Amino acid sequence: MADLETFRKETRAWLEANCPAEMRQPPESEEDTCWGGRKWVFKSEAQRVWLERMAAKGWTVPEWPRQYGGGGLSHEEAKILREEMRALGCRSPLDSFGIWMLGPALLKYGNEQQKREHLPKIARGEIRWCQGYSEPGSGSDLASLQTRAEDRGDYFVVNGSKIWTSYADKADWIFCLVRTDPKAPKHEGISFVLFDMESPGVSTSPITLISGKSPFCQTFFEDVQVLKANLVGQLNKGWEIAKFLLTHEREMIGGMGMTGGRHRSLGEVAADTVGTEDGRLADPVLRAQIASFEVDSWAFALTLDRVGDLFKTGQAHPAVSSMLKYYGAELNKRRLELMVAAGGSEALEWEGPRSRDGFTVRSWLRSKANSIEGGTSEIQLNIIAKRILNLPGA
Amino acid sequence: MLRDNARSFLSKNAPIAHLRQLRDTPDSVGFSRKLWKEFAEMGWAGILVPPDYDGLGLGYVEAGVVMEELGHTLTPSPLLATSVVAATALVRSGSEAQKKAFLPRIAAGDLIATLAIDEAAKHRPEKTALKASNKANGFVLSGAKTFVIDGHVADLIIVGVRTSGSPGEERGLTLFLVDGKAKGLKVERTSMVDAHNSARLEFDNVAVAADAILGTPGQGWKTLEGALNAGRAAIAAELLGAADEIFARTVTYLRERKQFGKLIGEFQALQHRAAHLYCELELARSAVLKALQTLDESFENAGAVVSMAKAKAGSVATLAVQEGVQMHGGIGMTDEFDAGLFMKRVRVGQELFGDANFHADKLARLNHY
Ligand SMILES: Cc1cc2nc3c(=O)[nH]c(=O)nc-3n(C[C@H](O)[C@H](O)[C@H](O)COP(=O)(O)OP(=O)(O)OC[C@H]3O[C@@H](n4cnc5c(N)ncnc54)[C@H](O)[C@@H]3O)c2cc1C
Repeated sequence: MADLETFRKETRAWLEANCPAEMRQPPESEEDTCWGGRKWVFKSEAQRVWLERMAAKGWTVPEWPRQYGGGGLSHEEAKILREEMRALGCRSPLDSFGIWMLGPALLKYGNEQQKREHLPKIARGEIRWCQGYSEPGSGSDLASLQTRAEDRGDYFVVNGSKIWTSYADKADWIFCLVRTDPKAPKHEGISFVLFDMESPGVSTSPITLISGKSPFCQTFFEDVQVLKANLVGQLNKGWEIAKFLLTHEREMIGGMGMTGGRHRSLGEVAADTVGTEDGRLADPVLRAQIASFEVDSWAFALTLDRVGDLFKTGQAHPAVSSMLKYYGAELNKRRLELMVAAGGSEALEWEGPRSRDGFTVRSWLRSKANSIEGGTSEIQLNIIAKRILNLPGA
Repeated sequence: MLRDNARSFLSKNAPIAHLRQLRDTPDSVGFSRKLWKEFAEMGWAGILVPPDYDGLGLGYVEAGVVMEELGHTLTPSPLLATSVVAATALVRSGSEAQKKAFLPRIAAGDLIATLAIDEAAKHRPEKTALKASNKANGFVLSGAKTFVIDGHVADLIIVGVRTSGSPGEERGLTLFLVDGKAKGLKVERTSMVDAHNSARLEFDNVAVAADAILGTPGQGWKTLEGALNAGRAAIAAELLGAADEIFARTVTYLRERKQFGKLIGEFQALQHRAAHLYCELELARSAVLKALQTLDESFENAGAVVSMAKAKAGSVATLAVQEGVQMHGGIGMTDEFDAGLFMKRVRVGQELFGDANFHADKLARLNHY
């Protein structure tokens, strides 16, 4: 305990000394989130310095082992780091699919060479990863995927296409599910491979979302050569890795809505637009909806703390990530529905500085994907029913 | 440990059949005095009473564990009113003499105590109108209270009284310790849907001595809120236990009942509702635990989190019993089957010390909207 208190003091002092003032301001646009990678253009010197300093300490991935670029912190220490960062309002120095998804999977299933090769580059933000799971014909039924990888001795040749690949056009490498045994039952012929997006035969084509942004792509593979050293785990045993990675993705999406403090609260927004009477919102129905949302949102934040902690330390049923994903996604959608309702016509502006280019309305539209990406809400409920409640035939 | 002990003790000595028996056989008490003595022997009656007054001196988290287990078996007992609400008020605001007089007897299971606060159909403590007038060496109380847990058997009643200001104001409230047998006190036991104790009290110039005041005259609000918050968190724990129990029984039924040649648990419409309810229960669990922990760690600052937990536990338990009855079909509607008993108790627990609307409203006010 005393050690943890010392750690807290030292951490606070270090953050105060090293986190640039600009990096303590709430993010105002997507570019304020640093995703790293070969193509990343830092929005400011402060963003670059902050990443460099945190990466040098291994604190972009505090709990990963030091030999792979991590901070080697215990779970308790990492929690303290998060708390102190929150207290000072420090931005995350680096967000990426490598950190949230591939890293945990490589730590568990990768061989030593793969860990040494890929993890430090993720930790330092040098390589940005994208996720090649979904295909045009294989969404919820992911295991039906058709992208093929044929064995050519030292390497595989990959042919097929992926869809909804977030940031495929900005990513450097892809972790990809491919079919290596077309004759086996669908779950048993899938392998998990890694390859460079600059490999000959890879192309991407962006798709515009209803929010007006194009963060994702259709991704095509034509005779792409992938060295066998880039097969993670065993041949045809990729489904287990795929599922493990998904639990981490889901846990992460579940936490997305809880960025607390960053935005103005719903009550404040509504007070400005509908006004107050005797200190209460003048629209009693909206007020009731906001209040009940806040009850749920607080209870969910506590659940992320309680269950999320157990999950991260491997003490919870892996399927609780489906609970966090489902509830967090639905809650974030509710939050943005209320945000738009509270904002009235002002919240509907699409462009221009007054609305910060339609920040609210675009966030609202983007939030609709929360219950689709990473496995839909219906699929999460199926998983809970089957894996946690042991209901029949699910 | 405590949880395991409580669970095995209650399932053996006070299963749901115990509640049925109390409900179906005329009885003037409403709970088993023998069982209550056993609670006392295990230390539960004095779970929050400091060791100096013969109690266990444990915290709200532990009291919550017992309350939660009582929710599984729907066991009526004085634990909520006596050992949580009244004990909290006495421990936190009682004079040395008051503590000495009452706490050891509470811990021994010899004194039933309660809080009389509501005066109308909905919980609005600041609207207290029951008034006190000065009289030689003390006061006389007149007015009425309702929804008083264990009111007809209470030896000691902590009464919320308006000594100044007007209904609607938090200032001007004073708590009085009144003997359950005081002259001028008319007690009517009310038969409630959940077959748990409740009473209406009429104070017709009930004389009380000057030293019957608990805490500081005119400043009873803080003590009252503290006691209420303890009670709210405890009832939230009981609601959670009841909701967990009906949910477990419902899921079991989904795995057993067949229709259309299939187990009904194979129907996705039911699977999704069950899975959603599972998530809601996890949220309620986090909320209740945090409320109890906050009472232990920072009692004065627990108001908001307790309101959140009471609101959440109340609405989740309501959903759990509604789904429980629905997913059992016709059998869920029969008195012989237990689902209805859960529905009844949960409805009363939802209402006690403020329902989900009351607490969501309170949270909104605390957050200035
Ligand atoms: C913004 C965004 C980003 C994404 N990023 C990526 C990415 O980076 N990489 C990647 O690989 N994928 C990504 N995806 C894809 C995502 O994982 C899929 O969209 C998702 O799994 C659903 O598949 P689908 O779109 O084919 O819908 P479908 O599977 O066709 O589903 C259509 C509807 O049917 C329902 N449904 C399907 N099966 C069942 C069932 N068994 N029971 C009940 N209902 C069912 C679904 O819930 C849904 O409502 C992203 C998606 C979005 C929206």
